[in-house]
Amino acid sequence: MSEQQTPAPSDAPPGEPQQAAQVERERRAELRIAGAFLLTALAATILAVVYWRGGHPQWEGALLAMALAGLGYGFVSFAHHLLPGGEVEQERSPLGGDEEAQEGIVDDIERSAPFGRRKLLTRSLGLGAVALAAAFSFPIRSLGPGPGKQLERTPWRKGIKVVDHNGKAVHADDVPVGALLTVFPEGHTDAADAQTVLVRVEEGQAKPRPGREAWSPEGLLAFSKICTHAGCPVGLYQAETHQLLCPCHQSAFDVLKEAEPVFGPAARALPQLPLEIGPDGLLRASGDFEEPVGPTYWNIGK
Amino acid sequence: MPAVTVPSDEHNEPERRPPKQRRMPHRLGRWMDARLGTTKFGRSALNKVFPDHWSFILGEVAMYCLVVLILTGVFLTFFFDASTEEVVYEGSYEPLRGVHMTAAYRSVVQLSWDIRAGLVMRQIHHWAALLFAATVVVHLCRVFFTGAFRRPREINWIVGVTLLVLVVANGFTGYSLPDDLLSGTGLHIAYAVILSIPFLGPWMAFLLFGGEFPAEEIISRLYVMHILLIPASIMGLLGAHLAILWRQKHTQFPGARRRENNVVGSYLWPSYAAKSLGLFFFVGAVLAALGGLAQINPVWLYGPFRPDIVTTAAQPDWYVGWLEGALRLFPAWEPSAFGMTLPNAFFPGALLPGVTFGLLYAWPFVEARVTGDRQEHHLLDRARDRPVRTAIGAAVLSFYLVLTLAGGQDIIAQKLNLSISGVVWTLRGLLVVLPLGVALLTHHVCKDLAGAERLEHEKEEAKRLLLGGEGAGPGHHAATTN
Repeated sequence: MSEQQTPAPSDAPPGEPQQAAQVERERRAELRIAGAFLLTALAATILAVVYWRGGHPQWEGALLAMALAGLGYGFVSFAHHLLPGGEVEQERSPLGGDEEAQEGIVDDIERSAPFGRRKLLTRSLGLGAVALAAAFSFPIRSLGPGPGKQLERTPWRKGIKVVDHNGKAVHADDVPVGALLTVFPEGHTDAADAQTVLVRVEEGQAKPRPGREAWSPEGLLAFSKICTHAGCPVGLYQAETHQLLCPCHQSAFDVLKEAEPVFGPAARALPQLPLEIGPDGLLRASGDFEEPVGPTYWNIGK
Repeated sequence: MPAVTVPSDEHNEPERRPPKQRRMPHRLGRWMDARLGTTKFGRSALNKVFPDHWSFILGEVAMYCLVVLILTGVFLTFFFDASTEEVVYEGSYEPLRGVHMTAAYRSVVQLSWDIRAGLVMRQIHHWAALLFAATVVVHLCRVFFTGAFRRPREINWIVGVTLLVLVVANGFTGYSLPDDLLSGTGLHIAYAVILSIPFLGPWMAFLLFGGEFPAEEIISRLYVMHILLIPASIMGLLGAHLAILWRQKHTQFPGARRRENNVVGSYLWPSYAAKSLGLFFFVGAVLAALGGLAQINPVWLYGPFRPDIVTTAAQPDWYVGWLEGALRLFPAWEPSAFGMTLPNAFFPGALLPGVTFGLLYAWPFVEARVTGDRQEHHLLDRARDRPVRTAIGAAVLSFYLVLTLAGGQDIIAQKLNLSISGVVWTLRGLLVVLPLGVALLTHHVCKDLAGAERLEHEKEEAKRLLLGGEGAGPGHHAATTN
């Protein structure tokens, strides 16, 4: 330390004091950088201990951050204080524009002219390439089944029992006015496309269209739970307004009006499931949904 | 012997160290050079000049996020189980014990609770993905507003926009993997959007998912996309991005000594390399701190995916927020004719991103056509000097900002105690009005700044002339004082 602080010799040129100051600055920078690298070593060592003793997410993150920040500070500081600074200038070599090369490459390419001239060859090769490309695309078909009728159908059938998520049959009295229950067809509680919401309104409140009066016995209404907008489960029921709400994009459906959309981006009503109450009081479907459930696709209306 | 003289020639610097210390790298270098001819390229690489400007490190930060993503991601692959097989959780997180779930979800909960350093790795990975996408977007903005996409850099702009698409895609496939309730909801929305594509939608959705949602194959397919297809594409394109940058050399802002035909900055070796390496460690430090201290995506709280359950106030990661917002704001319009329907989700979910990225790809060519400027440019524009471009850019950003806000419209309504419909209509209005306002304001501010600069410049000229005039440069000014 004392060695560095000795004043410059008296016969030094005028720049010498600045030079001494520079040496001093560099020495301090060196100490700071070394300190940063030592911090890295320390933090990494503690990190190893923390890991060894069972790990701790917060400490692991913090210590790793400290170790890396030490290296980061060290390198940046090194570049700023100890490496020769100043700007250098470099010419840009022009991009392209070499006429001779451009001419030459055309000649080179045209060495294949004997092939290009033979139209029979190029055309038959073209056909072969297209056919092979088509053949290569066949395996895409292996990725999955085609849509077929799957988008139009669910496992609901006439007479199938209505059960809850755990497979327990639903009794007509299980659903009081204002409540919501998610139900499935018996034996298909994992069928995503069959999920249905069951709500009860005061009898006579709902306005079914002609021909569907029998679908909602005792004011029990069942609608597909899959939002017709983007497929989220329509999981919320606001009993005062008789609205089913989708929490994803805030579409709202009026259960009194056959679940027509009344707010949000959904443009199609939730399909209604026809219900009946058996002599044992258990709920059954009296058929599948008449419209496709779930989000819209281009030929849904056919 | 030439072996001794060559190295000092190569380094253009007075030899400071004794030759003995230099022998080892020198011998290795000669060995490589004799076999690969590496010295010439190596030397030009070390001497490559990189301009210094804070905004030029944005792309570097993005690249270092990718490095962190790969390092942490490889660790995660050792523990993640991309299977939808149903299992029962028996791990150390009490609330989920005995719960039925997929093997994928169980492996993520186990990774978070029972694998040492698993949680911190997972969280660093997620934070790195968020920062990766953010820095790519900010880097793109920098390139846009400074006109760095102009000839000869149109190709690299296209490569860069493709990288952004891939980054968003890989983020989405990544956070869909844990098969928790939130990611399952996002996947169902993605399925609905694919299903909505005219003519091809149903087939595309079935082939991609392996059947009707939620098909069993989807997790393993997303996994292959997330750890192989998309990352390999990202790395290939990043290689091209950097190679093109290397070939064309970096742009620079105008300034002293900076001309179209030169590059002013610091040598790659050692100054730029040291700073860049330091930056890498800083990026790693920030991500490690976030990963350790800031909880992200606590999937064990969301529970396993079940198609009939959804969380309220569900939010995607920020870089898909604009799509989520568009889905929420788009009016309930679903035109149909001749038995064909254009599904509602198609417009915000598929058409909007198509148009967004289409316009991004086209911008350099559109601008060149409009301005007629097809010259080569290596000096950057200042945003204020290109008021129209800057105004358009700012307006577009404000448009996507409103959409991103709309992605949380339910949360806004809840927090501010407003009705959802009020918030939706306000945001729809803002979506039209705000970009216009921002465009006008930005244009005005650019003109003002440029005008103020001109005024300042004239004032200085006048002052110089009034205070004697000896220093006044241009002759015609001197003439007016006389």
